[in-house]
Amino acid sequence: MIEVLRAGALTTVQDQGRPGYAHLGVPRSGALDPAALRLANRLVGNPEGAAGLEITLTGCELRFDHAACVALTGAEVEVRIHREPAGHRPPDVSRPGDVGRPLSLPAGATLRIGPPRAGLRTWLAVSGGIDVPPVLGSRATDTLSGLGPPPVRDGDRLPLGEPVGHPAPVDVTVAPAVPGELRLSLRPGPRHDWFTPAALDLLFGTAYQVSPVSNRVGARLTGAALPRAVTGELPSEGLVLGAVQVPADGQPLIFLADHPTTGGYPVVGVVDDVTPLAQARPGTTVRFHGPQR
Amino acid sequence: MRIRPVGAHALLLDCDDPDQVQAWRAELWRRRETGELTATEIVPAAATVLLDGVPDPAGAAARIAGWTPRPVTTTAAVDPVEVPTVYDGEDLPVVAGHWAMTVPEVVDRLRRTEFRVAFCGFAPGFAYLTGLPAELAVPRLATPRPRVPAGAVALAGPYAGIYPTASPGGWLLVGRTDLVLFDVHADPPARLTPGTPVRLVSREREE
Repeated sequence: MIEVLRAGALTTVQDQGRPGYAHLGVPRSGALDPAALRLANRLVGNPEGAAGLEITLTGCELRFDHAACVALTGAEVEVRIHREPAGHRPPDVSRPGDVGRPLSLPAGATLRIGPPRAGLRTWLAVSGGIDVPPVLGSRATDTLSGLGPPPVRDGDRLPLGEPVGHPAPVDVTVAPAVPGELRLSLRPGPRHDWFTPAALDLLFGTAYQVSPVSNRVGARLTGAALPRAVTGELPSEGLVLGAVQVPADGQPLIFLADHPTTGGYPVVGVVDDVTPLAQARPGTTVRFHGPQR
Repeated sequence: MRIRPVGAHALLLDCDDPDQVQAWRAELWRRRETGELTATEIVPAAATVLLDGVPDPAGAAARIAGWTPRPVTTTAAVDPVEVPTVYDGEDLPVVAGHWAMTVPEVVDRLRRTEFRVAFCGFAPGFAYLTGLPAELAVPRLATPRPRVPAGAVALAGPYAGIYPTASPGGWLLVGRTDLVLFDVHADPPARLTPGTPVRLVSREREE
């Protein structure tokens, strides 16, 4: 059992999501950087699909009932392990930068995860995985539809499963650095023909900033508004991860894990890999490049 | 039907009309069952079918272009899901105004309409029901209600729909039902899945 002493700004239970139900209106959800959570799971000896925590910006503080192995991946954070004084052991162990390798926690230990030095999100895996009841095959919190467990709150007690494997024998893993500016590969379509040629020039040729109202549903961007060639309403149609939807105000929005399954605004293009956006703080510059640009 | 590429792993089938959407959805589902098509998601919508999680979209597009979907009329008849509906929605007079009918005539029309789930979206288990003629399309509320209760039966555009859970909403309310429309422990979790025929049968008030 994990006792949540401080949940922080937004800590959610996440796994690899619930694909396969989009035709019923069920979002994919899951970790914003699925590979980072898979790595954390491998480090503690879990199956890759086990549920862990996605911790956003302000860190969190957790107390462990019994001994466990944890691993953090994603943004670099300061990790402090506090345990009750016993014998000559120091009561507080600070291990800054202990991201990307397994950490052993004795029973009763408190894990304090600080805010990232750069970036936004960290994933925590714990041996056995977070064992909340699965919903449609996944333990992920879906902030759009409300499926899965609610976001973690102070005082919550999170059940743990039985460990099935051993921690990976690694000293260090290489974490990708958080760049100050993101360059995202974007393919035009399926509705780029709803925009003027100038709109595509603006999209590929100017810098956008990540807006503070971004969340797990989507990264909202501010910058040059994209003029439409076709006015009128687009009938609702299916959406994919990374779809760049342009609502009436012309400001693009890149859909992330909790995106709706259908939407009624034209999609000018699709970003190949949205995982860098998981670490994009508000104000981060985003530039798009494409196959022919 | 025209096939549009959507990013690196998806295709959008742009159909000519809702019947073609139904036919392609059923055809693609069938081809996925037989292993001729690999796709994580097959998502019908108003005029399109999205295929997502396709390993080789260009190859799949070439194969799909050679397929002819069976028309919807020849698909096996399925018993309609009967949705017991109390017709006491507060927007019934507004709908009656748009349709130039009396409220009882509106209720009778809805009761007798053979609906079909065109697609789901907006929320888990929210089904867009087609069956009303285009000329009976109604506008959404100018300002959505902050909270529409679960089970509300409502109209917007050419569609009818039932809110599976309480949520904000701008559809015109015509009635309500106690039928559970989304249950995560059921398989499938949605009572109304794409292609399902539906009747909004009358249920009298119990009080």
